[in-house]
Parts: sequence; C-alpha cells; structure tokens
Amino acid sequence: MTGRVLMAVALLFLLAFLASPESFAPLFEPFTRNNAPAIYTQTGLMSLTLSHLGLVLLAVIASTLIAVTLAILVTRPAGREFLPLARTVTSVGQTFPPVAVLALAVPVMGFGAGPTLVALFLYGLLPVFENALAGLTGQSPQVQEAARGMGLTPRQRLWQVELPLALPVILTGVRLTAVISLGTATIGSTVAAKTLGEVIIAGLLSSNTAFVLQGGMVVGIIAVLIYEGFQRLEQFAAARIGQG
Amino acid sequence: MIEIQNLTRIYGTTAVVKDVSLTVETGQIAALVGTSGSGKTTLLRMINRLVEPSAGRVLIDGKDTAEIEPHLLRRQIGYAIQGHGLFPHRTVAQNISTVPRLLGWTQDQHRARVDELLELFQMEPADFRDRMPHELSGGQQQRVGVARALAARPDLLLMDEPFGALDPVIRAKAQQDLRDIQRQLGTTLIIVTHDMEEAVTLGDRIAVMDKGELLQYGPPSEILTTPATSFVSDLIGTGDRPFRLLSLTPVAEIIAEGQAEGAEIPREASLRDALAECLWSGRDRLPVEGGGIVTLDSLRAQAAPTARAAE
Ligand SMILES: Nc1ncnc2c1ncn2[C@@H]1O[C@H](COP(=O)(O)OP(=O)(O)OP(=O)(O)O)[C@@H](O)[C@H]1O
Ligand SMILES: [Mg+2]
Repeated sequence: MTGRVLMAVALLFLLAFLASPESFAPLFEPFTRNNAPAIYTQTGLMSLTLSHLGLVLLAVIASTLIAVTLAILVTRPAGREFLPLARTVTSVGQTFPPVAVLALAVPVMGFGAGPTLVALFLYGLLPVFENALAGLTGQSPQVQEAARGMGLTPRQRLWQVELPLALPVILTGVRLTAVISLGTATIGSTVAAKTLGEVIIAGLLSSNTAFVLQGGMVVGIIAVLIYEGFQRLEQFAAARIGQG
Repeated sequence: MIEIQNLTRIYGTTAVVKDVSLTVETGQIAALVGTSGSGKTTLLRMINRLVEPSAGRVLIDGKDTAEIEPHLLRRQIGYAIQGHGLFPHRTVAQNISTVPRLLGWTQDQHRARVDELLELFQMEPADFRDRMPHELSGGQQQRVGVARALAARPDLLLMDEPFGALDPVIRAKAQQDLRDIQRQLGTTLIIVTHDMEEAVTLGDRIAVMDKGELLQYGPPSEILTTPATSFVSDLIGTGDRPFRLLSLTPVAEIIAEGQAEGAEIPREASLRDALAECLWSGRDRLPVEGGGIVTLDSLRAQAAPTARAAE
C-alpha cells in the first residue's frame, strides 16, 4: 500500500516537473555556479522525455518481438539445433558495448535516432530471450502431456498453453530490458538522437551540475515507475496461473 | 472394439513394452494392473500415439490408428492423464470444454456439458465453473481431469490412475459413476490402476503387466482363481482373494427360497457385502429385498475357487 502511494507521489512529482520545470528552479539553484541557469531550456524537457520514451518503447518492442520469436523457434523440434547459435548471438548483443554500436552504426545510418535504436535493440535482446527460453522450456510435463493428449495441434499448444504459461517470466525479461534501455538511451544524444541524455551532456559540458541532476532525476523516476508497473503486471499474470 | 496387436516400444536397448496383444470389446472395461515401471502408461500412450510404437499396431473399430492424424485421433479418444494435468491458466469450465471446443461445439452445447459433468462429479457448477485449478483440492482437480476426458463423449476412454488422489468414499462414488456413464454410453474404457480392488470392481477384463510383458488377460474371476504366474498371484494378494471373488457377484444371483429375520439386503449388493453383513450382525441368513434369502453357507461356497470352476 505504501508502495502504491509512493509511486503515485513520484508520478505526480514527475508530471508537475515536466509540465512546468521553471517552477522547480529554486530546487536546482543550489547546484549551479556563476548564475548559470538552473533549468535546461534549450529543448523542452517534456518533449525530450517523450522522444526518449518513444525511442525506448520502439527498441523494447523490437527486442521483445525478435527475442520471443527466436526463443519460440529454438524450442520447436525443428529449431532445437539452433539454440546454441541463438544464445551466442544474443549474448554478443549484450556484451558488445552500446557506444561501440553507435560508433559503427553512424557511418552507415547517419546521425539521429537510427543508431540509438539499433544499439538499444541489440542490448535488449538477451534478457527477453533468456527469460522466454526459461519460460518455454520450464513447463510442467503433465500440462504438456495433457495438451497433446487432448489433441491440440503444435500451433494451438504454443498459443493456448505454452505462451500464456510463460508470460510472467517473459514479462520479467521485458522489464529488465526496458529499465536497461531507459538508462542506456541517454548515450544516444552523443549521436544527435533526441533523448534526456542531451540535458546530462549539456550539464557535463558546461559544468552545470543542476542539468546533470535534472536529466538523471527524470530518467531515474521513470525507471522506477516502469519497474514497479511491470512487477504489478507480472504478479497479476502469475496469479492468474496460480503462481501468485 | 480396440485391438492391440504385438505392440512393442523400445527405449535405447530395453523394451519397456514387449509384444503385447489384447482386444477390448466395444463397451467393455479393461483394467491394466502391474507394478510401477511395468509399462502401463507407455502402453496406454501408444494407443493415442503420444508414443509411437517401435513395432505392432493398434486398430480401433478395425481402423489402423497409424493412418489417422495424431491430433485428430486424440480428439476422438478421451484421455485422463496420470496426475490431473489441468491447464493452470484456464478455469474449470474452460478445462473441461477443451476438446468440445476443438471439435467446434457451440457455446451453449459445451456450457451445458460442463454443468452436466460437474454435477455428475458432485461439484456444484455455480461454485466451481469459474474457479482456477489451483483453487481446487487435489481430489477435485482429479475429478475435473476425468470430466475433461469425458467431455466430448468419446467412444474410447483411456485413464491413467484417475482416482489415485480421492478418499475412499468419493473414490467409490466416482468409480460407480464412471461405470454408470460407461454402461450408458457404451464407452470402451482402458483404465490403468495400482489398486487390485479397483481393477476387480471396474474391470470386465484385467490385464496384468510385468516388465513390459502381458502376463495374463482375462475376466476378474479367472485372474483370481487361476493366476497364470506367481507374479499374478502375488499381485492379487492371497489374503484378500476370497473377498475379491465375492465382490464380483451380486446377491441377486444366488437367492434361495426361504425366510430370514432382520434388515434386508439390496439385490444389487455384492456377496462380499452380504458376507460382511452376516458376520457383523451374527446372522447366518439374510432376507433379500423383493423376496428370498442368502445363506452364509452359499456365500462360503462361492468364496472358494472350486465353486467357480464347477460352473
Ligand atoms: N521417454 C522415455 N525414455 C526412456 N525410458 C522411458 C521413457 N518413458 C518411460 N520409460 C521407462 O519405461 C518403463 C515403463 O514406464 P511406464 O511409465 O510405462 O510405467 P508404468 O507402468 O506406467 O509405471 P507407474 O505405475 O509408476 O506409472 C519405465 O522403466 C520407464 O523408466
Ligand atoms: Mg504410469
């Protein structure tokens, strides 16, 4: 209950801050020097936040779709031999530093949102893939047996039994990916993607701690809200299948 | 009619089912008994092709099951698996109506069927219909599993220890209900059980398996009186043999003329019930509902294998 109140307060605070950053200037003034501005105004914080979220959303949707599809393929009888390959690909996607991806992608795609999307997409594959794999393989043999025994086709078993039962675990993977991407997206500003990283980088370049703080704060609060929101969703999904 | 012909299943180098042949006539119940690991489940799963035989074949009403698409075959065969195997994310009603929905029944049809089955298994439909499996007791889960197997009124029903988790009272009731449904619909039923008692009460035929081999296949009285091997007699348990034998025959079959004192016994009660009643009430003859008596002497005669052999 206190958790819910806390989340509501955090959300209200965030919305208020984004709607009217100037009203919060006194809060950040102590962190500025030489009368530098306390609030970043180059680009509207609201519009930066929305485009940041948009990027993350796109990347998470893409990683989720691809990672879940991959996990489904390698758990089918015909695709089983590709499991090691898929594992390698997703692990490399995770270990390859996003900054390096940006550096490689810019010459090909040019500046803007593109390279950031690619970096986030690659970075987000592994958590969803591993969780989807665990969810799809760790199912009760009895339930599988019943599904086959009732005469469900392989496709019906996938959609009506395996995926619904794996859903809570898959959601956990999506949550991890979402939170990681939210933070990682800030580096997109180095290649001219519109993200909250812009505020942080501006702060670093002009030695204005207030900018760094407000950029970090917005990302942080959103991350916590998304984390909590997903956990609720997972609990709900798990309770539905009797694991609550 | 289901004909199992020379069915064999080999895992690695061991045959877990070895050259088993048996026929179950339409409308009969075959009880499959044997120790753990003797191949009962494997034999059952070869019938609906959850396991493909290494050799041999299964004919259902003369048709080779190898020629039917596995998922279509399975929709025709009711299957209650060992452990209930309910879908944890589906309500009781959705679980029970799985096969009817696959077969394209209308919503009205499968809803009505769900309520009918729940009532049959003593579970108030309004209360249980929308529950999730984890909100049921083990025994209730098992009954829902059996209801699910019966839902599409299959002509052939396979059950793998369906009543294991039930207490004796509900178990007896569930057995009776199953028997009634099976008789009513003329369903052919193959039921795996660890419980000789259950095999004797339910089975028209009993198949005894050991280490993948079918040791004996025959009516319960034959299994009880002339066990084929020492393994079979061990399985029956010599101590209970006379009582099991008595439980096969209803009182109606040995009614004699005469008068007796005390409470009447129903015609359909088994001789075993009659014997118990004699011993318990200290009488040597019981009046039977609708006239006639049974005597302790006649019960005693029926309890010996020689009486059967002479028939
Ligand atoms: N997929 C498999 N691979 C290898 N061996 C198997 C497989 N399935 C079953 N077996 C073996 O086959 C034998 C028979 O198993 P089965 O499940 O048919 O026994 P059962 O008679 O049903 O036993 P229980 O009464 O314990 O259920 C066992 O020794 C088991 O280990
Ligand atoms: Mg078994």
